[in-house]
This record gives sequence, structure tokens and C-alpha cells, in this order.
Amino acid sequence: MPIDKETIKHVAHLARIELQANELEKLSGELDEILSFIDKLKYLDVEQVKPASHILSLSNVLREDKPQVSLSPNKALENAPSKKGNFFSVPKIIE
Amino acid sequence: MELSQFTAHELLDKLKSQQTSSNAILASLYARIQKIEPEVKAYVRVQEAENPALNYSLLGSLKGLPVTVKDNICTEGLPTECCSKILQGFRPPYDATVINKLKESGAVIFPLKANMDEFAFGSSTENSYFGPTRNPWNLDCVPGGSSGGSAAAVASDEAIWALGSDTGGSIRQPASFCGVVGLKPTYGRVSRWGLIAFASSLDQIGPITKDVQDAAILAGIICGYDPGDSTSVNQGVPDYTKSLTGDIKGLKIGIPKEYFVAGLDAEVKTIIEEAVNKLKNLGALTNPVSLPHTEYAVPVYYIIATAEASSNLARFDGVQYGYRAQSDNLMQMYKLTRAQGFGQEAKRRIILGTFVLSHGYYEAYYLRALKVRALIKRDFDQVFQDFDCIVAPTSPTGAFKIGERMQDPLKMYLSDIYTLSVNLAGIPAISIPCGFTKKGLPVGLQIMAKAFNEEMLFRVAHTFEQNTDWHKIKPRL
Repeated sequence: MPIDKETIKHVAHLARIELQANELEKLSGELDEILSFIDKLKYLDVEQVKPASHILSLSNVLREDKPQVSLSPNKALENAPSKKGNFFSVPKIIE
Repeated sequence: MELSQFTAHELLDKLKSQQTSSNAILASLYARIQKIEPEVKAYVRVQEAENPALNYSLLGSLKGLPVTVKDNICTEGLPTECCSKILQGFRPPYDATVINKLKESGAVIFPLKANMDEFAFGSSTENSYFGPTRNPWNLDCVPGGSSGGSAAAVASDEAIWALGSDTGGSIRQPASFCGVVGLKPTYGRVSRWGLIAFASSLDQIGPITKDVQDAAILAGIICGYDPGDSTSVNQGVPDYTKSLTGDIKGLKIGIPKEYFVAGLDAEVKTIIEEAVNKLKNLGALTNPVSLPHTEYAVPVYYIIATAEASSNLARFDGVQYGYRAQSDNLMQMYKLTRAQGFGQEAKRRIILGTFVLSHGYYEAYYLRALKVRALIKRDFDQVFQDFDCIVAPTSPTGAFKIGERMQDPLKMYLSDIYTLSVNLAGIPAISIPCGFTKKGLPVGLQIMAKAFNEEMLFRVAHTFEQNTDWHKIKPRL
């Protein structure tokens, strides 16, 4: 399946990455090559195979719903590029 | 002989008999780093490093022995940046479970962190925001990756031993390129809590060491159940040092024919065949086996790993930690932060991963890859019904030149062709030194066993090692 530049632009938007024109150009060539390599999976018959989303037989691992010590707001905010009071601060989203 | 040149178990003996101290070992490491780090560049942020108080638990068995840690494993208060600009300045507010376990065992967490490909995306450590590490055996070559800093540090005696992480070969391939021992434990054997996630269904932390005994000791400390990681398996951890029996008589070893095809360097092939003969001479029974879906491992891996990475890396958006680009608009802030914060390979993988998961492509790529993953796992299950372990090359070539594969992502991806299947199947594997190319570059022998049978790996690896001298040869720096 070939991938066109419009698709890459759309995917980059979904991934929240601003691409420069030269990056888009380069990526489209590279992704095309990688995808045509990946395409060899197409020729394998997997109709009857159950997908292995995980290799362990674990499922629905739950823990007891008990209160426990968690990070304090101060500690959680230590690495924030911008904060106000006990909150992370971001550019305004409501006019 | 300088203290930095000893193995961990040799130093533990010296510490126990009070012939040396934790401080003397640290001083020896710093002296070594001062001397050769400008050439090797195994560590990051060397200039800005502080010397935090090196307290260690006196109760533990490690008695203040230092351990080097890869830059993607969280160490409380110590910068942990995944060698990415987007995590600039990040100091984790907590320790990863493996770090807790090491501290409780009396280890000193070495304050310098080891270089790596950004977010572990790579096979050469060239994708690091801090620049490449060089191979101690030939400074023009890569050390492998992504745990290239850890492997180069151990190989050049800038570390006693180290932790790396392995998603598709990132411990074993650099161990092979640098002539040291590297173990990828069974998926679920080591807690991933505090390992900055790349591909959560594949990632495992493991030891990189100077010999097999050290790997067995370090694995014994970091393995084990952790309620903080829901994929960690609640199963007792054996004393791995008891597997170092030196006896492999009668063991059945499978040699997968798909690992000896076009693409395998002729010199590497000969060295691996000699190693297999050695195992035979030591009493093992070897037979050809088939892992028929091997050729699909690279495409399956690059769908699953990038899909999971695109999802895991969504958290790096300039809000909670790390780098933030300036903008008045929230959407622009996200997009510019990620555009400026991620390197080329990270962007490539995030976009590929987002694509294979996106509407209209999910079934053709992601779902199909999960099905082929099941087939790859089944190949191994079938072989392990009749065989104790599988032996193959770790990498199709020795270390390649710096820059050689940087402009060709697909060629770079193919350098992991012999290591990816193990992660997809969730089984454990170890790489040990087994020879040198004519140019003097190390070659690694890979041993694979069924899930939770690390003991088999240690037993075979140790027996081979004790009957060869490859692990004793050091690079001249």
C-alpha cells in the first residue's frame, strides 16, 4: 500500500507533530520503502490465527481498591515546565 | 590491575574480605572515565554531573558495589532523559522498581547514566540527542544499540556492570558488538515500573556484564514480581548462580536454519559454527531445527513496536515534564514541542505507528501483525517441545561504521533480524562473546530458551565461557 503526502500530513496531525516541508518529503520516501517491506505480511494466510496481543496468559490483572500513598502535588509538579498553584499550566484554550 | 577492570563477583569477594571499599572502586571508575571517556562517550551529561552522597544499604549483599544505569530507567533525583531533548531536565520523583531492588541489595547507583538511542529507537546509539557512543574495540564503529552506552561502559571498564533494556535486541546486540554478556529476561520476569516505556508488550530490563556469573547475580536481584507492573508475573526467582554447573552433557540444542541464510556475514557464520562445535565437544547434542516464520519478524516487529511507541510517547506534550516550545495556542504548543523535542527516528516511528493504528489501516497492518506474532511464538513453542535451547548468531555482522546506516532506516532495522523474534515470543535470550572477526571486532553467540527458563541460558552460557577465553580479552584503549 503506497502512502501519499496528504496521508502523512493527516497522520502527523493525529500524532501532534508539526512537520517541515523537507521532513515531509524525506518521510514519504522512507515510509514508502518501509511499508513496501512490511507488505510481505500480506501473502501469509492468517485467516484462522488468533492475534497475540500479549504473550502472557494474564488477563484483567486487578489490585485491591485500597487507599495508598501517592505523589504529593509538590513532587508531581516538580518537573512541570509551567505551573500555577497546584496545577499544570498551559496556554489558554477558551477565548 | 585496576579495580575497575575486575568483574562484579571478584569485587564482591574483595569487599567481603575487606580488601577494598566501595569508595576505592568508585575512585577507580572515575579515574578510568577521566582517561577514556572523551574517546568512548559511553555516559551522558558528564560535564554537569553532580556527586550526590553515595549512601548505600549496609544490609544488602552488594556492599556498595556501583551499578551503571541506562538513561531510560528512572532514578529518583538523578536526571533521566532517555537521551531525548523532549525530556530535557527531567528528574524522576521516584525510583524504578529495579533501582529500588538494587538499593535494597546494597548497590550504589552510579551517578552518571549510560548513553542510548533516543527512547531506545535504534541499533547503534547514533540516535542519541547527546551524540553517538563509540565502540571500545574500534572507535570508528558503533557500539550497537540501543543500550550502546551500557555495553561500551562495561567493555571499556568504565562500569563494573550495567542495566540496559531490550525491546528488539537492545541489550543483546550491543553486548555482541562490544564483546560482553547481555541478558534479555523472559517478558514479565523483571518489573517495567519506572522504565520509560517504548513498546510495552516487548520491553524488558536486563543485565550487561563482563561475565556470565555477574549476569546471574544481577538478574537474581532485579527479577521478581511487582504489583506495580500488571504484566509482571508472580513466580519465584531461583538462585541463578546455582545454574553455573559447567555441565551441559546430553542437553539438546537446536540450530535454526533460518538464521544461517543470505545476509549472515561469512566470517560471523564460521565463528558461530565453531562455537556450536565447541558446545558439541562439551557434550551437548546439536540438531538443525526450523523457525519457519523468522523472515516475518522484522515487519511484524516494526508494526507492533511503532504502534505501541506512538501510543506510549503521546504523554510527551510539554505539559507535565521536559521541554516545552513557546506558543499562545495549545494545539501549536503540542505540535511544536513534539516537532522540536523529538529526533528524526522518533518522529519516523511515531508517524509509522500512528499510521498502522489509524482508521482504515488497523486491520491490514496492526491486527495482521498480531496474528503473525502468534505464529512466530508457535514456532518457538514447537521447537522447545524437543529441545532445551536454541543457539544462533546475535547479529548478522560485527559492529558497523558510525554513519554507515544512518541514511537508510530499513537497513538499520535489518541489523536486528536475529534478535527481534525473541521479544515477539516473550522468551529469554543471552548473548555471550564467542570470537573476533579478522578486523578485531567481537562476535556474540545467542542462546534462547523457553519462557522462565533463564537457568538454562546461564548453564549453557557459563559452560561455554569457562571453556573459552573470549571473555578475558579486553579492548586496547
